[in-house]
Amino acid sequence: MSKEYSNIVIGVLALQGAVELHRPHIEALGCGFRTVKTPRDFDSVDAFILPGGESTTILKLIANFGLWNTLVDQFAKKPVWGICAGSILMAEKVTNPEQKSFALLPIDVQRNGYGTQKESHHADINGYKVSLIRAPIITKVGEGVETLESHEGDPVWVQKGKYMASTFHPEVNQDFPSPMHRAFIDLVMS
Amino acid sequence: MSEKSGSVIDIRTGLAEMLKGGVIMDVVTAEQAKVAEDAGAVAVMALERVPSDIRKAGGVARMSPPEIIQEVMGAVSIPVMAKCRIGHFAEAQLLQQMGVDYIDESEVLTPADEEYHINKRDFKVPFVCGAKNLGEACRRIGEGAALMRTKGEPGTGNIVEAVRHMRQINSDIKKVTNMDEAELMSFARDLGAPYEILMMVRELGKLPVPNFAAGGVATPADAALLMQMGAETVFVGSGIFKSDNPEKFAKAIVKATAHYNDPEIVLQASKELGGVAMRGTEISELDEPMKMANRGW
Repeated sequence: MSKEYSNIVIGVLALQGAVELHRPHIEALGCGFRTVKTPRDFDSVDAFILPGGESTTILKLIANFGLWNTLVDQFAKKPVWGICAGSILMAEKVTNPEQKSFALLPIDVQRNGYGTQKESHHADINGYKVSLIRAPIITKVGEGVETLESHEGDPVWVQKGKYMASTFHPEVNQDFPSPMHRAFIDLVMS
Repeated sequence: MSEKSGSVIDIRTGLAEMLKGGVIMDVVTAEQAKVAEDAGAVAVMALERVPSDIRKAGGVARMSPPEIIQEVMGAVSIPVMAKCRIGHFAEAQLLQQMGVDYIDESEVLTPADEEYHINKRDFKVPFVCGAKNLGEACRRIGEGAALMRTKGEPGTGNIVEAVRHMRQINSDIKKVTNMDEAELMSFARDLGAPYEILMMVRELGKLPVPNFAAGGVATPADAALLMQMGAETVFVGSGIFKSDNPEKFAKAIVKATAHYNDPEIVLQASKELGGVAMRGTEISELDEPMKMANRGW
């Protein structure tokens, strides 16, 4: 489909987490999917997805491999979509517990906001089924941040400029592509 | 399992998807859990004693005392898994009640039922189970396991059994993908595997739930080996806290697992161990009853 998308390559940060699930969504939009782990990989993509996974683990690996400053530079010039753990990495402030983040979006995020795995659940976002898995809760949305969708009264999908974050996982849905992947590609195109 | 509710991966398997590319570490105290989290573990597995100590001490190995599990849960923000005995659904109920994130119905503990496994579909909290071959994996998935792992031979520091199980499952899957329905039914009979699950395996070319590796991982290279063979995450039991320097050891295994297909980084990690790996046991030196992989039916 969409021929004009075929030149776009989306890099999914593949240090740890749910990486491959994004492939069919991205390819269904006619874009290139690439897993990225090293600075050399980062240069070859047009935008980043920070996938779901364990934010503490991903942070340790970023530190261990000395990737922090390179990623700061990359994120400054390219669109970024953080999902669940990725949204935590993008938040300005993280609680429960406090931890370091790239502060790309002026939002406050509380880790494991719903509780343990027992509280993980599916949700319906505009008729599209997604999962909240040990998900964070966005407790505060700062200036200029648009709330694209809410769930149980809390924002779960937000955007400001070229940065987008969702606390839910659309990539677990097997109907490709998800509206969220489509929205991200549109954002990359704009 | 990735049995679809609508067209979405089951919420229990969803968490396993999030743990991919990581290391899950056995811990017996909250302090160890903290060390594991600081080293970059994606989850910790709370248990009473690590497998090598269970082997040494003998006796009955059970679910951890609830206080310990709760201390571990209070100490870390990453998912906490805990083991219950095979067939001991009451222990599993306690673990669910405490709110652990994953239950391992594990052959490392002394089995409570020598005929039946837990009906895992009754639980909201997901289960991981071990398997030596595809038949066993399919039976566990049929019972509702949301994640599989090799059994390996825990507590030995010897990777040979985990390799055997990974190879066996991969080879069984290859056979299945080339079979027609008639052949598949006979193969299902031979494996003792539910036909419907085998159909899913044939369609997907892999298990319908993630497949992790466990049992005998003692070095960064062991982790890299299993990951290259198709494991999606590794469990490390005795290997970390029975090594000379658990902090460094844990970090090195995390590093090697993230870059399992880059020998340069695995080498770098192997040089950062800060001591030697656990001593390890030759499998043929184990008495038959001490072979944990044979537990489970």
